[in-house]
Amino acid sequence: MKLTIPEQELMQSGHLACQGCGATLAMRYALKALGQNTVLSIPACCWSVIDGPFPYSSLKVPIFHTAFETAASAASGMEAGLEMMGDKDTQVVAWAGDGGTFDIGIQALSGAAERNDNIMYICYDNEAYMNTGIQRSSATPRLSWTTTTPENHPKETPKKDMVGIMAAHRIPYVATCSVAYPEDMVKKVKKAKDTQGCKFIHVFAPCPTGWRSAPETCVKLARLAVQTKVFPLYEIFNGVDYKINVKPAKPKPVTEYVKLQGRFRHLTEADIKQIQRTVDWEWERLLKMAEGCEETEEKKGKKKKK
Amino acid sequence: MTEKIDIKGEKDMPAMAMSLGLMDWNKTGSWRNLRPVIDYEKCTRCMICWKFCPDACILIRDEEPVIDYDYCKGCLICAEECPRDAISVVKEE
Amino acid sequence: MKKVVMGNHALSYGAMLARAQVIAAYPITPQTEVVGFLSELCADKLLDAKFIKVESEHSAMAASIGASAVGARTFTATSAQGLALMHEMLHWAVGARTPVVLGNINRAMGPPWTIWTDQNDSLSQRDTGLIQYYCESNQEVLDTVIQAFKVSENERVLLPAMIVLDAFVLSHTSEVVDMPDQELVDKYLPRRKATYRVDPKDPHSFGNLTGPDRYYELRYKIERSMREAEGLIKEADEEFDKLFGRKYGLIETHQIEDAETILVASATVAGTARTVVDELRAKGEKIGLVRVRVFRPFPFQEIRKAIENAHRVMVIDRNISFGHSGIFYQEVKAAMYNQPRRPPIFGYIAGLGGRDVTPETIAEIIEDAGKRDRSEEDIIWIGLKP
Repeated sequence: MKLTIPEQELMQSGHLACQGCGATLAMRYALKALGQNTVLSIPACCWSVIDGPFPYSSLKVPIFHTAFETAASAASGMEAGLEMMGDKDTQVVAWAGDGGTFDIGIQALSGAAERNDNIMYICYDNEAYMNTGIQRSSATPRLSWTTTTPENHPKETPKKDMVGIMAAHRIPYVATCSVAYPEDMVKKVKKAKDTQGCKFIHVFAPCPTGWRSAPETCVKLARLAVQTKVFPLYEIFNGVDYKINVKPAKPKPVTEYVKLQGRFRHLTEADIKQIQRTVDWEWERLLKMAEGCEETEEKKGKKKKK
Repeated sequence: MTEKIDIKGEKDMPAMAMSLGLMDWNKTGSWRNLRPVIDYEKCTRCMICWKFCPDACILIRDEEPVIDYDYCKGCLICAEECPRDAISVVKEE
Repeated sequence: MKKVVMGNHALSYGAMLARAQVIAAYPITPQTEVVGFLSELCADKLLDAKFIKVESEHSAMAASIGASAVGARTFTATSAQGLALMHEMLHWAVGARTPVVLGNINRAMGPPWTIWTDQNDSLSQRDTGLIQYYCESNQEVLDTVIQAFKVSENERVLLPAMIVLDAFVLSHTSEVVDMPDQELVDKYLPRRKATYRVDPKDPHSFGNLTGPDRYYELRYKIERSMREAEGLIKEADEEFDKLFGRKYGLIETHQIEDAETILVASATVAGTARTVVDELRAKGEKIGLVRVRVFRPFPFQEIRKAIENAHRVMVIDRNISFGHSGIFYQEVKAAMYNQPRRPPIFGYIAGLGGRDVTPETIAEIIEDAGKRDRSEEDIIWIGLKP
């Protein structure tokens, strides 16, 4: 038996997540990487319910539940407070959903990033307001069904490029993760923990309830999102140095990803073709962003060898 | 195991809502419709099922994965992800 | 040591002497000197604090709550629109029981754009659960910051506090202030020992989902702490008096012993009213003044005792609850309703949006009330240009 991620469990069984919840997997992996010396600031999101009601919690690290738009600002305050109390080791983590990050919390997050406060911000992205009952957020992909983007009028605009926005703040570390790639996620969260300043981690976390998909396909869908290039795994150092972590040798067509989800069941062949074109275009763009950077990495490597 | 905490009234409460124990008293196994069952003949102890369990209820006992049915909600990610098809699905009574 | 200090700097000095550890603030006129000066004090190492220069007042209060939740002594300051933007987080600070101290420069709400004083910003936060102090002088502002931390951080209280001062009339007016000695302040207000704190060594989750079976009791506990605060504000004030020779009370009474006519006012308007009362006393009129310093918790007993024997009471409000009346007037009137002795109470609105409340304004109020036997109107406007 060989474990590929740390054995320590800081997330307790008995929590209130739905069956096959991606957000819960994300938390489990993040805490395995972060360890005990962690405090979380959690705004309104699925995790404010998953954690459990007063007087219980599902986590063995402290949580400060805070208002919807304040994951980052409350975390900045906690970090400053801990530092003034003489605690310079504890990692303060803002843990928010896509609504709390892409929409209502973006101002506070931008503020913390611009100040380069020494916090880690982890967004678990299930691509809609799931806790309130599946309403569209700016993380919802184009043409997706939600209760506020019904099938005969699905979402018209593309998913917001949150990673691009965070990179534009030139913070030291930005990374995308997927619950289908726990080893990659653990590595990135540890890297973020070892980095001074503001870190942003964007975790793709399928929601069977909101995506109208079978609970057992949670990890499969997350993996397909990477293999179809819908959700690429990459890192950005200092806002400019891109590194793509997974380059699918034979990318799968997006059909394989969308056909497993009820939220896309209304799509026509033409719709899917259009999605494929956008995905391909975005991937090419990402490759271009990473091109020069990889050279730089190689150059650095060569220099080290000398 | 956290016992259910007895809060009768305000005198038993802290100043604000806060956790005084863990959720482990909450046996989510009762949510389950379908039960994953590990066939230890086929199991290679790769621990992929343990890795992908969103309820952290596949335990490691003597280097083997053991499903804790007290908490298993029956999402069946383990059965889906098992590379050896060593986890079968049984309907709960 | 005496110093000439503007009201805004009195807030900053208060935070410095209280040894605030975290400050999170966003600039707004007329509060800017508070944060500017605190930034200097931090940069010059006169204050060992982390100053988070947040991108909004909402984040200022959220960050203050976060810092307070981990156990740090935390200060912030704002005004008007900024306080309104904080509103959600003021509720959060109360429910999370984080004893943040907040300075608010009373500025009228827009639109239209205005920067001048009235009390509608702070009084709109009446029902959040913040302790509210209304100050009359820069000395009181400074002293109250120190007192407020002592009261708020008491484990029987654990509620945030707001220290209110009038825009420009006080915030930008320089007065001689006796600077309390740091050693004595440290004795009066030792380092904070947080009863509850977010700590990885003792992990708890704070603010969890709470159903109707428990939320009600948690609200009861906040109200009980508010009532505890009433006594503790007085205790803290007495103790302050012993060390520094100054005290302010929940309310301040002036010449009320045999007064037939009593003015009720707050903040700098009370200072103007006091001079008018003194002039009229010199002429033999039986007139007195009650200055409400602590608005929340509302000092029911002290106000009842102060005004129950008067023949008429005039409440001056630099604020208005549209569709009702002046807010101090409502509260004073409500405090008397179930009492055996109830003098007629008249509600005057004056000085909205920074219009000067002069001795003539006060004299006009007294003259107007003199012509009335009982209050027939809920609002009497003074100085309204028809």
